[in-house]
Amino acid sequence: MNTQTTLLQASRWKPWEPVLWLLAFAAPLVLPSHALIINEIAIVALFAVSLDLVLGYTGIVSLGHAAFFGMGAYTAALFAKHIHPDPLVGMAVAVGTATVLGALCSFTVMRGTDLTRLMVTLGIGLILMELANKLDWLTGGADGLQGVMMGPVLGQFEFDLYGRTAAFYSLTVLLLCFLLARRLVHSPLGGTLKAIRDNRLRASAIGIPVTARIAVGYTVAAAMAGAAGALLAQTTGFASLDVFEFHRSADVMLILVVGGTGWLYGGVMGAIVFKLLQDMLSAITPQYWTFWLGLFLVVLVMVGRERLMRPWTWFSKGGAR
Amino acid sequence: MLTILFDGIAYGMLLFILAVGLAVTMGLMNFINLAHGAFAMVGGYITVLLMQRAGVPFLLCLPIAFVGTALLGAALERTLYRPLYKNPHLDQVLFSIGLVFMAVAAVDYFVGSTQQIMQLPEWLKGRTEIGSGAWALGMGHYRLFIIVVCAALTLALQYILSYTRFGSRLRASVDDQRVAKGMGINVNMVFLSTFAVGSGLAGLGGALGAEVLGLDPQFPLKFMVYFLIVVAVGGTTSITGPLLAALLLGVADVAGKYYIPKMGAFIVYSLMIAILIWRPHGLFSRK
Repeated sequence: MNTQTTLLQASRWKPWEPVLWLLAFAAPLVLPSHALIINEIAIVALFAVSLDLVLGYTGIVSLGHAAFFGMGAYTAALFAKHIHPDPLVGMAVAVGTATVLGALCSFTVMRGTDLTRLMVTLGIGLILMELANKLDWLTGGADGLQGVMMGPVLGQFEFDLYGRTAAFYSLTVLLLCFLLARRLVHSPLGGTLKAIRDNRLRASAIGIPVTARIAVGYTVAAAMAGAAGALLAQTTGFASLDVFEFHRSADVMLILVVGGTGWLYGGVMGAIVFKLLQDMLSAITPQYWTFWLGLFLVVLVMVGRERLMRPWTWFSKGGAR
Repeated sequence: MLTILFDGIAYGMLLFILAVGLAVTMGLMNFINLAHGAFAMVGGYITVLLMQRAGVPFLLCLPIAFVGTALLGAALERTLYRPLYKNPHLDQVLFSIGLVFMAVAAVDYFVGSTQQIMQLPEWLKGRTEIGSGAWALGMGHYRLFIIVVCAALTLALQYILSYTRFGSRLRASVDDQRVAKGMGINVNMVFLSTFAVGSGLAGLGGALGAEVLGLDPQFPLKFMVYFLIVVAVGGTTSITGPLLAALLLGVADVAGKYYIPKMGAFIVYSLMIAILIWRPHGLFSRK
């Protein structure tokens, strides 16, 4: 088998993939009472997939991915409130602003060590949060942006109280973005991103324009995070400072790591596990569930990210790692 | 104006004591430890609880806070941190965020989520005013105390690093771990003691800063960024770098909040990003 066929095979649709998506789209119909959480899972999954493009495929440790999420959320909410209530137009505008922001910020992650990048991404998130906090005439400050009325999707489907429209809307956006991301990571461009992640120096030695490629990857990821934020604002009709919070960036990183980085379904799987776990744990201990989250993180790292996902390697010495 | 400068310096000194342990451990082990603030919080809570519940005098609480956090740091280093030195940075970030989350929730559970109020002894309250007009210098006694303690600690640290045997071992290990090991230096022991002292200093800083910075369970998350700024901007190769960075940060933060309250923490973050884009390895690094 030559290289070309191997590569083509890797990017081909596996039989279980359409099944998974069909199941996802059937879920709001089968479990109408859980449509709200399905909506949340879809949003978080989209956010995690976007972080995967940065972290898993380009190898940039970012703690400020919530910046783009929040940017999308606030843009969508403000657009709906002041200009036009149509969700699709709002989505396009939100993705647009997040893309611009991502393109600007991509210059900050080109240089330096992991620590520098960590600090810069974190700092951008904090700056945007401060901005949203202080510009209270526009964003409502710490009270959040209230009174956002969304129009029906495509002029047909009203957002209802049970979240069924919201779930389908979010799932559709997730699917579209996922297809885009899938196409991207299997394209030659995606290949170069992975090369940069694995060894930057060698990547530049074989003629890959490292900075330009990182800029592209980062911008696309920012756009998707913006879409996820817009979904949140549109389906809940609300945007608050919470969207920029540090824990949101940390959570999404955890989600991605639980599901597995460098694998697009990792974000989706992680989102499902994380949201269900959060729902369950916070029902038991509403205030202290972050403790269990923290414990889980510590155990996850101590055992090894790879091994926890492969239980059969637990008892063999020096297994997967 | 001088008052602001003075408050800024006090704040900066405090930040330096809080963050110096982080700077040294990060330079030594290349470990991104986001949980450093948790040690500071532990120190702060030890002091506040001892003073409130057991009536221990303030001056005695400070060494207890130092020793307590240092022991905790040593125990955690040996059990949890050491296996992770070789792991990728992502693992370290996740692990330390996990520790922070656990610390926050645990303190919340045991002590409660309200902000703790520290009762300072009488001789530390009050202010001294020198001069008048625009150049008046108002010194809070407590802030003066902080500056004196922190300056003494800084000098002691500088002395230990430059002139003692342990200091030269430490510097050798930072420069090149493998060669240091080859020369017969017990690098693991150096790591362990450095980590313990670093955490102890953070605990002491937390105890000193409980009154100035405010102490509640969210402390590690709120100040994590500040510690990291000190380290990232100051570089990890010496302790002068973090010292200058901490002073700069303290003065910029206090002045920014005083003159342009609308901008809030905005100035600090923008300054940090600008500096890091300009010099990704920190302002004062040798590279």
